[in-house]
Amino acid sequence: MPTFFEKRQLVTPGDLLAEGDYIAGENTYKEENKIYAARTGLVEYEDKKINVVALRAFYIPRVGDIVIGTVVEVGFNGWTVDINSPYEAILRASEVLNRPFKPQKNDLTEVLDVGDLVVAKIVSYDRTHNPQLSVDEPGLGKITRGQIVKVTPTKIPRVIGKKGSMISMIKQETGCQAILGHNGIILITGKNLEDEELAMMAIRKIEEESHITGLTDRISQMIKKEKEKREVGKDESKN
Amino acid sequence: MSQKTEKLIDKKGLRLDGRKPDELRPIKIEVGILSNADGSAYIEQGKNKILAAVYGPKELHPKHMALPDRMVLRCRYHMAPFSVQERKSPAPSRREIELSKVIREAIEPAIFVEYYPRTAIDVFVEVLQADGSTRCASITAASLALADAGIPMRDLVVACSAGKVDDTIVLDLMDTEDKVGSADVPVAFMPNLGVVTLLQMDGILTQEEFENAINLAIEGCKKIYTLQKEALRAKYISVKEVEE
Repeated sequence: MPTFFEKRQLVTPGDLLAEGDYIAGENTYKEENKIYAARTGLVEYEDKKINVVALRAFYIPRVGDIVIGTVVEVGFNGWTVDINSPYEAILRASEVLNRPFKPQKNDLTEVLDVGDLVVAKIVSYDRTHNPQLSVDEPGLGKITRGQIVKVTPTKIPRVIGKKGSMISMIKQETGCQAILGHNGIILITGKNLEDEELAMMAIRKIEEESHITGLTDRISQMIKKEKEKREVGKDESKN
Repeated sequence: MSQKTEKLIDKKGLRLDGRKPDELRPIKIEVGILSNADGSAYIEQGKNKILAAVYGPKELHPKHMALPDRMVLRCRYHMAPFSVQERKSPAPSRREIELSKVIREAIEPAIFVEYYPRTAIDVFVEVLQADGSTRCASITAASLALADAGIPMRDLVVACSAGKVDDTIVLDLMDTEDKVGSADVPVAFMPNLGVVTLLQMDGILTQEEFENAINLAIEGCKKIYTLQKEALRAKYISVKEVEE
């Protein structure tokens, strides 16, 4: 049962990854006992399972995911939300208002209008129906302030880090709060714009350098350096 | 008309541009060169210069065109007005509409269309300069643009032509060879799976000549395939080197 690539090696679609008794994981497929890559990415072996961590992919909804989306349309009994995916999501008015409503009386644009950003959870999705959203939990709902950063959806686990090490470090160092949408959109809210910008810079660096080891240390160093630079800048302006 | 003024293959057995019968034209491929498209690729094969761009998958409008069990692949092959010697009308010609269909059908077997029902992918192929076998170079570029867009694929599709010129079977026809020569056989191929996705023939060949032409074209495809993979890798490897 040979495998043809080393761990974390770059593969392209159609590359033969392994032959024999293996299981096709993410971004791979099996044909006649052979495992091939389906996307450009890095190979990962997990016992008998072979995964390819895609370097470029789009978001496919999954039930339970937290996503950040933009309202694109206000309908009679709900909103259509763009969640950075091939499928548009639906948010029903009864979910948001928590009380019965009449389309003739209530004006939905007062609650959410086109262009508004929402944090929501996917409650249902399958091949035949577009995803449905819910805001029925603490922390979900309309976004009123903060900054938005977009990353490739496959990089979200990198931003979280091992057991949340990366994101908790960023939160601690910058003093910002962050909500990570599984669809690759990240919301950052801090005390001031400078803190937010620092956190955004860190996340952009993660996206660019996620395939190189020792990432958490490099990011924390970068943040510390940036902070020092700003302190020096402030002192100089005072003097 | 049949009386040719110039010979296409000289006494040494070399072609008009100095190539041997089984030699490809010089090829240059780049991936991810358009920032507004989801995926893109550029190919130079001899004097051919072709851009391919991919958008999607996305929701299909008008919605009634969407298929409940698979994605829709839409393709547009277009030649720029300045791509040929005499200005070409920018309106899609009969030939371009046919080639759009041919290219779509050549790349569709490589895509997992059943993964994302009710969506659509748009593929745009723009020929900036044409010099024979543009359909083959277009397929090569389009499949790279799809891979660059992060669309799951069974394999990359490569295409290459072979043909008969002055009673010799030759690889990768250029414009004059295509027009003056006696036959042209474009082949699109998925090398890792060994599947032919496009096979056409324009002209007359004996059965033996036809088989030789196909085999020669497939050999050419395999050579282009290594270049294609290199181009796809280069996009990420160059990023790595800059950072280290």
